Amino acid sequence: MRRETLIKVILLILFSALCFLILVPFYAVTIASFKPGEDLIRYGLNLKFDLSVMNLDNFTYLFTGNHSYFMWFFNSLLLTVVQVTLTLLVSATVAYGFAAYDFIGKNFLFICVLLIMMVPFEILLLPLYSLTYNLGLMNSYSAIVLPGIASAATIFFFRQYLRGIPKEMIAAGRVDGATEYGIYVRLILPVMKPSFAAMAILNGMNSWNNFLWPFMVLSDDSKYTLPIGLKTLLTPYGNNYDLLIVGSFFSIIPIFILFMGFQKYFIDGMTAGAVKG
Amino acid sequence: MIKKFLYSQKVAPYVFVLPFILVFLVFWVLPLGSSFGMSFQKIQLGQEADWIGLANYEKLMGDGIFLKAVMNSAIYMLLTLLILIPFPMLFAVLINNKFMWGREFFKSSFFFPALTSVVVAGTIFRLMFGEMEGSLINSILGWFGVDPVKFLKGQVTGFIALVALATWRWTGVNMLYFLSGLKNIPDDYYEAASIDGASAFQKFTKITMPLLKPTTIYVLTISIYAGLAMFIESMMLWNGNNSPKNIGLTIVGYLYRQGIEKNNLGYAAAVGIVLLAITMIINLTQLKLSGMFKKED
Repeated sequence: MRRETLIKVILLILFSALCFLILVPFYAVTIASFKPGEDLIRYGLNLKFDLSVMNLDNFTYLFTGNHSYFMWFFNSLLLTVVQVTLTLLVSATVAYGFAAYDFIGKNFLFICVLLIMMVPFEILLLPLYSLTYNLGLMNSYSAIVLPGIASAATIFFFRQYLRGIPKEMIAAGRVDGATEYGIYVRLILPVMKPSFAAMAILNGMNSWNNFLWPFMVLSDDSKYTLPIGLKTLLTPYGNNYDLLIVGSFFSIIPIFILFMGFQKYFIDGMTAGAVKG
Repeated sequence: MIKKFLYSQKVAPYVFVLPFILVFLVFWVLPLGSSFGMSFQKIQLGQEADWIGLANYEKLMGDGIFLKAVMNSAIYMLLTLLILIPFPMLFAVLINNKFMWGREFFKSSFFFPALTSVVVAGTIFRLMFGEMEGSLINSILGWFGVDPVKFLKGQVTGFIALVALATWRWTGVNMLYFLSGLKNIPDDYYEAASIDGASAFQKFTKITMPLLKPTTIYVLTISIYAGLAMFIESMMLWNGNNSPKNIGLTIVGYLYRQGIEKNNLGYAAAVGIVLLAITMIINLTQLKLSGMFKKED
């Protein structure tokens, strides 16, 4: 009995120490958002909790100042919602095609899905950039949404999920005279609901934090998403730390709230790929 | 007539998967093909291209900065593999232990860093590893009497910051991968081993590790990919794509510099093809060595 307690205490100490290390950067950025930007430039980011220099000025500036922060915030929100909705609908439809039917070329196409998951997206940056340029889609959200609309990881996950749905359901639908598409829309989509949550979270997180491709495509301040907007506050000629730090702090909050509410779906979504090896 | 055709059971599956076929052709096959073609050309955005054969590749092999970028990416990948596989696996096994207090709390707090964007996390780490005496890491070093270090100006110290950032962001996620792998191991195995008098260490090496193999391979595959393709982390730490003596330059960083900053699309495409080749070779070898192909159904 005493040995068990000892193990418990050791584990608790170990994990508390790790947890402390993990939370330190969050603490530092929270503290810094209450300090003036000059303080940060002069002393760096640190853990000093010094009430004499801390105030709400940065937050006042965030909410009332003359800057584009909330426009970026809104753009990110809009883009995330549109991207997640379209990606989930399209990917689920494709996955249903793979799961419900046998057709010529099915295996080949599915190998293509798996291949996409193995090719680094980064090597496509330049040809996609020229393609976008030639199609006249520069500085548009379509250029961001379209390439990812049939997401390989999402298709893969939905297909795994759909394999668990009995084929009798589809057969029964046919007997009742439903069309192939009617079966999908009226019978299958409702059953897929639980799997949508995990994928919505995964895609939502990726979209909210997406940086490189949107950064290359968008050139107009009024279209910037939050990560790009925050990045523009860092320039070689000096950094706008007043807004940057409080803005970074504030950008984490919506995801944190979602995470607290839907923890299970976050974890399901993130680990979806590993479940089946 | 057309309606009947589209609604038939033979045609419907193609309609379902059509979006994938289109996206695959337009956004993967076409760009990959054009990337391949571009790598044999001298080409700039909005100008006529010249066919120059293998010249881009020949130039790459003698390009010291490119080789530096390859080294940086390879070392970064190796370091992340050495840290982000064994430790998360160990933490997952420990946290899964029946003696663990506050399991759910620790699981979520370990996951927190993954919620931040690279832009935000990179900015925080850049400031934490700042060169001032008062910045976080230097002030901690100060307690031990160490003089302030200019982290982002040195090769080794710069990589410490880079790997610290990756470790902070991904430890929790990888731990969750291993935890979901552990869930698939039946308790009976451990009970049977206990009856046979196996020690905790034996159980770990004889049951846990072999049965976690599929998860380990998955984590390994995505880590190789992510390590070799890393770019934004470096961009955020050094506030741009230019680090002193290119200590933070990665393959994708070089691709970006040549393609976007210098408009040498052909040369940059060659960089991309080399990256694709390296990633594919390493990952396919790794999957082959671990016997993954045999098990595919």
